Amino acid sequence: MKFAVKALSSGKARAGVVHLGSCPSSIETPCLLLSTRKGLPIFISPDLLSSLPSPDSNLLQFSPLHFSEGPSPKTISSIGGLHQMVGLHEYGFAAVARDSIQCLPECGSTNKTGASFETPCGRRLIKPVEYMEMITSMKPNLWATLADEVPAWANNKRNKTSVDRTVKWLDECIARSPAGGAVFGSIVGGSNIEERKRCAQEVAVRNVSGYWIGGFGLGESMEERPSLLNAVTDNLPKDWPRMICGLGLPEEVLQGVAAGVDLFDSAYIYHLTIGGFALTFPLDRTEKIDYNYQLSDQGSDRTKINLRATVYRKDATPIVEDCCCYTCQNHTKAYINHLLNVHEMLAQILLEIHNTHHYLGFFRSIREAIKEGCFEQFQKKFVQSRREHLAADVVSV
Amino acid sequence: MALRFEVLGRFNRARAAQLTLPHFACQTPLFMPVGTQGTIKGLTTDQLEEIGCQIILGNTYHLALRPTSELIDELGGLHKFMNWPRALLTDSGGFQMVSCITNLYVAGIFYTQWHFAYIFQVSLLHLADITEKGVTFQSPVDGKPMLLTPEESIQIQNRIGADIIMALDDVVRTTITGPRIEEAMYRTLRWVDRCIAAHKRPHEQNLFGIVQGGLDPVLRDICVRGLVDRNLPGYAIGGLAGGEDKDSFWRVVAQCTAALPEDKPRYVMGVGYPLDIVVCSALGADMYDCVYPTRTARFGTALVPEGVLKLKHNAMVNDTRPIDPTCACMVCKNYTRAYIHCLVTKDAMGSQLLSYHNLYYMLQLSRNLHSSIVEGRFVCDFLQKMFPKGDVPEWVCNAMDVAGIDISSCCSS
Repeated sequence: MKFAVKALSSGKARAGVVHLGSCPSSIETPCLLLSTRKGLPIFISPDLLSSLPSPDSNLLQFSPLHFSEGPSPKTISSIGGLHQMVGLHEYGFAAVARDSIQCLPECGSTNKTGASFETPCGRRLIKPVEYMEMITSMKPNLWATLADEVPAWANNKRNKTSVDRTVKWLDECIARSPAGGAVFGSIVGGSNIEERKRCAQEVAVRNVSGYWIGGFGLGESMEERPSLLNAVTDNLPKDWPRMICGLGLPEEVLQGVAAGVDLFDSAYIYHLTIGGFALTFPLDRTEKIDYNYQLSDQGSDRTKINLRATVYRKDATPIVEDCCCYTCQNHTKAYINHLLNVHEMLAQILLEIHNTHHYLGFFRSIREAIKEGCFEQFQKKFVQSRREHLAADVVSV
Repeated sequence: MALRFEVLGRFNRARAAQLTLPHFACQTPLFMPVGTQGTIKGLTTDQLEEIGCQIILGNTYHLALRPTSELIDELGGLHKFMNWPRALLTDSGGFQMVSCITNLYVAGIFYTQWHFAYIFQVSLLHLADITEKGVTFQSPVDGKPMLLTPEESIQIQNRIGADIIMALDDVVRTTITGPRIEEAMYRTLRWVDRCIAAHKRPHEQNLFGIVQGGLDPVLRDICVRGLVDRNLPGYAIGGLAGGEDKDSFWRVVAQCTAALPEDKPRYVMGVGYPLDIVVCSALGADMYDCVYPTRTARFGTALVPEGVLKLKHNAMVNDTRPIDPTCACMVCKNYTRAYIHCLVTKDAMGSQLLSYHNLYYMLQLSRNLHSSIVEGRFVCDFLQKMFPKGDVPEWVCNAMDVAGIDISSCCSS
C-alpha cells in the first residue's frame, strides 16, 4: 500500500492518494469504504457494483467476524483469500473487527483475553491469535489491529484499561502479521483527551503503515468530538493514512476530515436503505438555496426523501433528476414506492445503489473543496444550510 | 391477434419456434420467470436481460391490489412502470384465489420481510367462492367481499398492458373428482366468451384460453375443441401442477398438445421442474412458468444437471467447488459452494445469487431445448446427467414413448 498527501486545507484537512496492490487505479482520499457483509455489499450484487463510480467505489470494508460460522480460515486460504472468494479481484479490502452495522463492540464482555462483539451469530469473543488467523487466511489489502473500544460513558479506569489492552493487542497482532497487507494500528481512548493522546503517542512509535481510530460513534457528542479527534491526529505522523469507524452522517464525516482523517466507513447508507430513504441533498457546491422545494410532512427533509410516502405513488421521475446512478437512470420514485409497499428486495438493491452513488459524490465534493483550499468554508456552509432548512421547516409548519 | 408463431424445427412432436410478440421476438420452448409484484425477487431488469429472459409473468391479483391496475395504466403500463423492454404475460388473477399450494406459502413466512404478500393468500384460500358471475373472495386489505368477473379480469389486464393475457378460468384441483370438474370445464368455455367480448386491445394484447377438464380425457377433449372454435391467438393447458401424479399429468399434456392447433403456441401453466419441462417439450408444448426456481433459491437450493443441490447442508461448509462446473453464469464462474453456503438463508445476497443461478439454469435449459430439438439428442444428454444410474422414472419413459423419442441409451433396463 502506498499513501501520499497531495493537498492541505485549513491546516489539517488533507487530500491524498492511496494505492493498493489489487486496485488498478489509485484512490483519492478522503474516501468512503463501502460496507459489506461477508465481502459483498449488503444488497448490490457484484455484477451491479461496476455501475458505481470507479475508482471511488473500489474500497470495501468487512469484518473477519462475518465468517465466524464459516467458511473456515483453512478453506478461505485454499480458495486464495477474500478477493478470490468473493470474485472481486480488482477491489481493495479493509478488514476491521468492528463494522458499525452488525459487529458492534460489547465492552462489558471484553476481557484481557479478547474483544467481545455482538454479531448476528450471538456474542463472540475474539482473541488476537484467532483474529490474526482470520486475517492471514483472508489477505485483505489493509487491516486494523484488534481493539478494545469503550463507549463515551465508560469510567476512567475502564477507559485506561482499554488503551493498555489495545496497545498490547497491537503488539500481539503485529507479531503475527502476515506478509503483504498493510497494518493499521488501532487507537482508542474513549472521551478522555489525555487517554486519546497517550494511545496515539504509543501507537505512533509502532511499526505500522497507517492508523485506525476506534471508539467513535459510541456515544460522544458532536460538540466534544472535534477535540477528541484532534487529540489523536495531532499526535500522529502526517505521512501515514488515518482510517476511522463510526462517523456516518455527513456532518460527522466533515468533522473527521477537519481533524485530518482520510478513510471513513459509514453505516449511514445501510440505515437509509433499509428505512426506505434516498439521499437527495445537493452535491453542487455552487448551489443556491432552493426556496421552491416543497415541504412534505411525511418524513422528508432536504437531505433525503422517504420513498414509502404516498406522495410518491405516481411520481414518474427519478430520485434525483440529474443523477447518473443505475437506479435514477432506470427507475422512478413510483416504482420504488411500490416495491417498498410490497416488501420486495429490489427496493433495497435500488436504494443502496443510489445512496452509495450519492454519498460517493459527497466525498468527491469534499476532496474538491480541499484541493481548492476552501474546506473550512465548505464545511461551514454545508452544516449551516442543513440547519437553516430544518429551521425553516419548523417555522412553516 | 398480436403475435406471430413460426415453427423453425421439429423432432416428432417437439417444436422449436419463434414467437413474435409486440415487445419481443421470443424463441420457444421457453421458460417464464414469475415476477409476481412487478419484479423478479432480487434481480434487476438488466440482470434478467443479461441471462436471456424473454417473457416475465406478472400476477394480476397482486398488481390489482398494489399498486392497482389504474395506477399502472396511468403511468403508461407495466412495461414502463417496471422498465422491462421485453415481453410480459399476466395471468387472470383467478388462480391466486383458489391456490392450493399452501404449504409452500406457509413456509414462506420464514422470510416475512420479503414474503409478506403470501400470508394474505393463505387466509384467502378458505374465503373464495365461485359462481357463474365470477370468483367472490374477501379482500385481504379490508375484509370486504369482492367479485372478480371475467370482464373485470380482462379490464385489469388491459390496463396492465402485457403482451399475453389469460382468460379467467374456473380452475379446480386435479385431486378433486366428481361433477365439479365438468361444471368448471363448461363454465371456463362460457367465461372465455365473456373475456373475448370484454377485451378492448386485441391488436396489442393476445388473449389465451385455458384448457380445463381435470384428468378426464373426455372433458379435456370437449374443452380443447371449444377453445379452438373460438380461434384464439394461443392456448394454455391449465389445472395441472397441483399435486396430481406424474403419470396422469403427462397424459393430459399429451392429449391436449395432440389436439391443439399446430400453428399456435401452447403454454403449460405452472410447470415447473426441469424434468417436467423436458417431457412436455418432447410432447409438443412451448411455454412454461413456475415460481419454483426463484422460490427454491430462497430456501438455499440450487438447480443443477443432477437435480438439486442443497447449499444449506453442512457438507457445503468447506466445499470449494462451484455450484455447477458446467454452468456459465456469473455465480458459478465466481463463487464456491462454501461461500454461497455461508450466505444462504442468512443474507439477502445469498437469495440473489442463487436466484440468479437458478433462473440462468432454467433459461439455458430453454435455449438448449430450442437449439437441439431438431437433433433430438438433447433429451438423452439431459436424462443421463439427471439419472446417471439409468433409473429414469417410468412415467418419463412412457411419455417419451408417446413422443416418439428413443431414450433406451439412458435407461438401465
